[in-house]
Amino acid sequence: MAGAAVIEVRDLRRTYRTTTGVVRRRPLEVEAVRGISFAVERGELFGLLGPNGAGKTTTIKMLITLLLPTSGSAHVLGLDVVEQAREVRSRIGYVFGGDRGLYERLSARDNLRYFAELYGVSGKEQRLRIEEVLELVGLTGRDQERVEGYSRGMRQRLHIARGILHEPEVVFLDEPTIGVDPVGARELRQTIADLVRAGKTLLLTTHYMFEADALCDRIAVIAKGRIVGEGTPAALKAGVAEGTVTEIEVFGIDDRAVARLRAVPSVTAVTVEERDQKQLVIVQATGERELTAPLLAELDGVGVGRVSSREPTLEDAYVALVEGDE
Amino acid sequence: MTASARIVWCGFVMNLKMLGTSSFFLLTAVVQPIIFATVAFYMFRAGGRPGTLLYAALGAGMMGVWSTTLFGSGGMIQWQRWQGTLELGVGAPPPMVLVYLPFSIANAFTGMYALVATLLWGRIVFGVPLHFVHPLLFVVALAGTVLSLGLMGLVLASTFILYRYANAMSNLLEYPVWVASGLVFSTSLLPHWTRPISWALPPYWGIQAIRHAALGGATWGPLGMVLGLGLVAAVIASLTFRLFEHLARARATLSLT
Repeated sequence: MAGAAVIEVRDLRRTYRTTTGVVRRRPLEVEAVRGISFAVERGELFGLLGPNGAGKTTTIKMLITLLLPTSGSAHVLGLDVVEQAREVRSRIGYVFGGDRGLYERLSARDNLRYFAELYGVSGKEQRLRIEEVLELVGLTGRDQERVEGYSRGMRQRLHIARGILHEPEVVFLDEPTIGVDPVGARELRQTIADLVRAGKTLLLTTHYMFEADALCDRIAVIAKGRIVGEGTPAALKAGVAEGTVTEIEVFGIDDRAVARLRAVPSVTAVTVEERDQKQLVIVQATGERELTAPLLAELDGVGVGRVSSREPTLEDAYVALVEGDE
Repeated sequence: MTASARIVWCGFVMNLKMLGTSSFFLLTAVVQPIIFATVAFYMFRAGGRPGTLLYAALGAGMMGVWSTTLFGSGGMIQWQRWQGTLELGVGAPPPMVLVYLPFSIANAFTGMYALVATLLWGRIVFGVPLHFVHPLLFVVALAGTVLSLGLMGLVLASTFILYRYANAMSNLLEYPVWVASGLVFSTSLLPHWTRPISWALPPYWGIQAIRHAALGGATWGPLGMVLGLGLVAAVIASLTFRLFEHLARARATLSLT
């Protein structure tokens, strides 16, 4: 890995230890992150893309010093996240997705004033910075209102304002658009793009493919605690560009039929999406071979509607990588 | 003002703003002590000792101070965890004890409402004469006691970082500390073996300092003890916060999920 990496992760692991059972409690270990390595260069927007429970949040929490790794190492700005946690904290910002993480009974401005003090931004500089970040996230004029009355999108924008208030060099964003309506999410993505233009290094976790595709310079796809693919969005798409994607509308498909589709030669991934009364089966395959006939042959007894073929997208690349790991 | 002093002042003001909008907290701080004071006044009247009404009022008020400190500090970490702000406090650059010190002091400070409400209730409803022998010393003793209780609350709060449901302990500590500190009746009525427990409790010395300042008696000795115990609590809290923060990062108990 290059020495100039702002974030450098090597064979990072994290195991959660808990207990299960009511009367006889038994120890239970869950390996959330299983030896991941990656590096993020200065000024880069790096995406960690993966399904729920893949280990994205655990990874980010280790990097922002809220969790200790079980093994491996992680450095941010050359600082060890375990041994130099205090120094790391003063030079990074982080933004969690969701409703929580703000003082509900305080106004947005009071929230920012409090966190400004915690991060050593005081006096005249504090007033200027608060005005700047409120303007950046579009909360000017609403800043005296209590946070408990804010919409989800407004809270999320306030999260971002809090995360960048002290002008950190590196910003970690953990699913920042989760649960936000489409218009709000688009505005948030614009804010994130503005941060990159301002020269910040960003690590973004998301499970929205289009978001990763639109924003990230590079992406690591994470599944079950392992990185299963890494590269630019274009390179990841190219990984499945040689193949074909067939979409079949069906009515009442069962697991056995899906298993039969998976067994068709050259098929690499099959996913089923519920669409009201019907389902959409998405079949990915390698090569250019026409697969409609053999696929329909495996759907004998299942009601079939529209069938179409299309070019692979980043989502297909993601599904192929995640399914390939199973 | 230094950076640390600014953090303490800002955190104190912000927490007072938040507590001022919490109906549960106001109920604990204001209404509950009035109920206790009413019961205490009738008990003391029934005992034919009307001259001790101010003694009873101060004890009842301190019961409120202790309750708000205990539940405020006990609930503080858990409330921050529920609200998702605990990770933000831990992830901030200052030592965790400095981040939560102003919250704990604000909790104890709010408890002073309890004392004032009790005294006013006693004056208006029961005609308790509010004649303080050393009014200035009374204010000093009260401020010292509140500070010390805030620091004691900080030690309790630190344990709640590690144990998500440790605030259940708050319920266990309310009544025994009232009794062992002599807030309701004199500790001379308790078995002899309980004395060391009383001596280790800041409220025991705090109520002595407050009562002596108000009713007459040596104030500086008990005041020195309550401040000394507060200092010990501050040292313990700085160590436990550091230790429990490390363990919480290892055991992943900072967030709900």
